[in-house]
Amino acid sequence: MSVLGSAIQAGFDVEQVRAEFPVLRQKVHGKPLVYLDNAATSQKPLAVIDAIRRFYEVDCANIHRGVHELSQRSTAAYEQTRVKAKLFLNARTRNELIFVRGTTEGINLVASSWGRKCVKAGDEIVIGAMEHHSNIVPWQLLCEEKGARLRVIPMNDRGELLMEEYAKLLGPRTRMVAVGHVSNALGTISPVREIIEMAHKAGALTLIDGAQAAPHMKLDVQALDADFYAFSGHKVFGPTGIGILYGKSKLLNAMPPYQGGGDMIRTVTFEKTTYNDLPYKFEAGTPNIAGGIGLGAALDYVNRIGLDKIAAYEHELLLYGTEALSAIPGLRILGTAREKAAVLSFVMEGIHPHDIGTVLDRMGIAVRTGHHCAQPVMDWFGVPATTRASLAFYNTAAEIDALAAGIRKVKEMFS
Amino acid sequence: MVDDLYQEIILDHSKHPRNCHFMGDANRHAEGFNPLCGDKLKLYLRVEGGIVKDVSFEGSGCAISTASASLMTESLKGKTKEEAMKLLDNFHDLLTTDSPVSQELGKLVVFCGVKDYPARVKCATLAWHTLKSALNNTGEPVSTE
Repeated sequence: MSVLGSAIQAGFDVEQVRAEFPVLRQKVHGKPLVYLDNAATSQKPLAVIDAIRRFYEVDCANIHRGVHELSQRSTAAYEQTRVKAKLFLNARTRNELIFVRGTTEGINLVASSWGRKCVKAGDEIVIGAMEHHSNIVPWQLLCEEKGARLRVIPMNDRGELLMEEYAKLLGPRTRMVAVGHVSNALGTISPVREIIEMAHKAGALTLIDGAQAAPHMKLDVQALDADFYAFSGHKVFGPTGIGILYGKSKLLNAMPPYQGGGDMIRTVTFEKTTYNDLPYKFEAGTPNIAGGIGLGAALDYVNRIGLDKIAAYEHELLLYGTEALSAIPGLRILGTAREKAAVLSFVMEGIHPHDIGTVLDRMGIAVRTGHHCAQPVMDWFGVPATTRASLAFYNTAAEIDALAAGIRKVKEMFS
Repeated sequence: MVDDLYQEIILDHSKHPRNCHFMGDANRHAEGFNPLCGDKLKLYLRVEGGIVKDVSFEGSGCAISTASASLMTESLKGKTKEEAMKLLDNFHDLLTTDSPVSQELGKLVVFCGVKDYPARVKCATLAWHTLKSALNNTGEPVSTE
């Protein structure tokens, strides 16, 4: 198999990698599990599971509080993840990394805190045509509250943003440009560096939804010059309920707190409260400590394999999968951008995605069916839903073959 | 196996739905929507003297929801409103409980396999939720969520 061959050449042994993911070693409905729903959530390597287990077995204590040994250990491990996230995103200082529940909360934090302070009636927020609902709704709420206007960069039928149209949307009223780095529904990798540069020239800030980018490519917020960048732990092989919001410190410093509570304060009296410094100003309440520690282990794991190797291998898999699925008559792939991550979203003539998903599931193949929290994308293509196979570096060419064989069987059944 | 779900009669009705058309002289109608699947359904009824004289539907959906709508229309003709509501209850029980199968369901028992696919129960019940709305003539679109 050429895909596996090239992976081995690149110093990437997929079988060895698979052995580190216990969940992959199981049968579903009597068939070996073929997990192709990585854009929804990714599986967790032993290193992550062990780190969480170790925290609860050995180090469990609240952070930033006690002088006792366990509290110091848990604080150190949790804060170590912040440093790892700084390196992962190439931020300037650890103070620019805020722990959040996930990308969604990261975007909501900016929309609430920065938005409430800085957006006024008549201002404009620009988003892309293929945003996940979590990068649409927080801005809609903000616009409704402030009397601001939400504008959308259109896309072409390959699922690529129209940069000329984007340029026309930018103007003196533009306050924020919030776009997804990689589309979860289509796989498109958007030219965020160019998008950010153009936004800055127009005097606007930028937020990049990196939920789908973080597991698949090397990130550098300084090279991008992103003002805000958010990603989720669970999509990058870490636990659910933990994620990172990066923000330039001068912006974060100027923003009011997002939530009030413990950890985000310096002094509290009934008359007045003074707030803590970055990054704690935005971290009210006891956080997901185990999740944060698990995320640190996940970032270590990804770094050990190497995001360049991951990206190269997944690209091979994507090409292989695109060819395998395109060969099936009546199947149409949605999202054919020239720059694309390992997502295969498709529709089949006369067969509803839910039927495809159910039949594939009985063959042990896990795919996502539905609107992928991107209903405007479905509307654009005029379909109610798609079937989506989203790949990770532990997937194999043999699994793509199983998917293609499964789809052919579905076709037989329903035609 | 998956054949328990997609029995021959379900596949047949999904590929060749019966009573699948607009009805100009309907005196009751309702719309149903399943936001998770994007399935949409319009149901038309002609009720005279408390009896369902004619019933049809239009829409797009998965095999289960299409076959369910098709088989529902077949089983409703000639029924009183009360009988139709009773059938709805029996159908709902078939999909969600282990209670004994009602004889009145007739062909509709082919949907018994749906019980083992909890994610698909809403597909099978969309047409029936819409029926309830049409019979009560609330005129409000029905959502499965």
